Amino acid sequence: MTRHFRILQPGLQSTVQDLGRIGFQAYGVPVCGALDSMALRLANALVGNATGAAALEIRLLGPAFEVSGGPLRMALAGASADTEVTIGGETQRYGAWRAIDVPEGARVRIGALAGSGCAVLAFAGGIDVPPVLGSRSTDLKGGFGGHEGRSLAAGDRLNLSNVRDLGPCLALPSPPVAETEVTLRAVPGPQADAFTEAALEAFFHTPYRVSREADRMGMRLDGTPLTFRGGADIASDGIVTGAVQVPGSGLPILLLADHQTIGGYAKIATIISADLPRAGRLLPGATLRFRAVSVAEAEAARRAAEAEMQRLIASMVPVREGAGLNLEALYGANLISGAVSGI
Amino acid sequence: MGDGTAMRVRRLGARARFLPAGDTAFAVEFGERIDPAINALVHRTATLLAAAPPEGLVETVPSFRSLLVHYDPLTTNAETLQQLIGDLELDGATSTGAGRIWRIPALYGGASGADLAEVAAATGLSEAEVIALHAGTLYRVYAQGFLPGFAYLGDLPASLDLPRRTNPRVRVPAGSVAIAQRMTGIYPVESPGGWHLIGHTPLRFFDPGKAPPTLFAPGDAVRFVPVDADAHAAIAEAVAQGRYVPDTEGLST
Repeated sequence: MTRHFRILQPGLQSTVQDLGRIGFQAYGVPVCGALDSMALRLANALVGNATGAAALEIRLLGPAFEVSGGPLRMALAGASADTEVTIGGETQRYGAWRAIDVPEGARVRIGALAGSGCAVLAFAGGIDVPPVLGSRSTDLKGGFGGHEGRSLAAGDRLNLSNVRDLGPCLALPSPPVAETEVTLRAVPGPQADAFTEAALEAFFHTPYRVSREADRMGMRLDGTPLTFRGGADIASDGIVTGAVQVPGSGLPILLLADHQTIGGYAKIATIISADLPRAGRLLPGATLRFRAVSVAEAEAARRAAEAEMQRLIASMVPVREGAGLNLEALYGANLISGAVSGI
Repeated sequence: MGDGTAMRVRRLGARARFLPAGDTAFAVEFGERIDPAINALVHRTATLLAAAPPEGLVETVPSFRSLLVHYDPLTTNAETLQQLIGDLELDGATSTGAGRIWRIPALYGGASGADLAEVAAATGLSEAEVIALHAGTLYRVYAQGFLPGFAYLGDLPASLDLPRRTNPRVRVPAGSVAIAQRMTGIYPVESPGGWHLIGHTPLRFFDPGKAPPTLFAPGDAVRFVPVDADAHAAIAEAVAQGRYVPDTEGLST
């Protein structure tokens, strides 16, 4: 039988995501994909998958599921959360940032996320849903891709692709640390000239707060309203993930993975790609600031972020069960003390 | 190129300006206005780039007056790509894509076009005049977006120019034919919407199982053909059974 798991409780919003649907924006098809692409890539590396394999994106609260058809290997990355694996009345607890081998028949429960609004749970082999337009990402608004184009629900069965050769279970010794103060770097434009000097000054030098209106499409921000030289409306043009559009209210909206492909509001700035995973982790109520950088600086930051990703993947080590190092305790300490620098 | 009657070649960089959109995209903007000639330049640029994609180009997204160029900053950079795009030669050709003229059957008014009476009242026209004007115009596919498969079709006759509804609907049924300002469009799936609904078509405009996933392509043109309720029902049935072939008028120039 195909290795699979069946959802007992779906969590708050669990969706199948990969690195997104590329190449169809000209037809109005959004990119979608994991909000925290870094978590996706790290979770996949921990279970030995290709970097863009389809995995579960979890928001705020994780799912519970039962493992059938054979054992599976999984890893949670992007946030810390208690993972309980129960079999035969015995429950084992694990932390994030490590691979776990789960036997057939076990029940897994992922608890509340800490340190981020989203995390990625990857499975060795990847989640076997049919690719739609070249991607396994769920398009919630369009209702296609992922598992039946929607968030998971109790009773859903998700199959896993076969794995040829499982190596040792890997762990990330120094995982990224949750940030308390977030500064996102942003390139002014494409319509920075639609705004007053005072608006640009306020955007780059005063704090904003993530409002309750936040989902996979974007986050409406509270803070200093931004004023226009003329009007807010432009003839609709293309939108890139990370664009900060400003409707007539003057309060900015930071657009995330599920944003529509073109839109008619002026965009004051664009979050650089190196900082997009950090934007995706933000929760309602979080405070953030923006710092202006040039395109060349943004491109250099992306190269540095990619080098850091490769360094993190290279730093992964086999889990040493029962050895002197208590990995769970180590992770807990890191997350509390913030001793390891953020990325 | 090469023969004595060749059009004067124009460097793209002389017609466009580049707008930064972070480190994975930039816009190539040809103007501020919604204008068929400007839009033709946008689609022409997309066609030129598709024909010979530079290294690191990810995809392009045409809209009314600009082309958003997505690139991979680990493979290339904005400066290199902008230099290359600026040096493209616009040969004056305005034809883009397949250049088909789609004939879209539409049932106007009644439950299918709940705002037709209101549109007539607001424009000072009769319902029949609104229908005749809407169906009597050949529309350009300016851009697709807002929803997968939603095409911005223009230009709507000036006499039908109305602002969007002050109270947008929470649910607009799929297939609704709608107007706002100088545009008309068809909702490909049920969604919220603020345009005025004047009719309904049973055709499907987005199928994620197909590549390309949309019926229309850039450079296509669209004409609405009024049908009665019986014809509408028959077409709906044929569409549901997968045996309806959308009607085209053949190649445009």
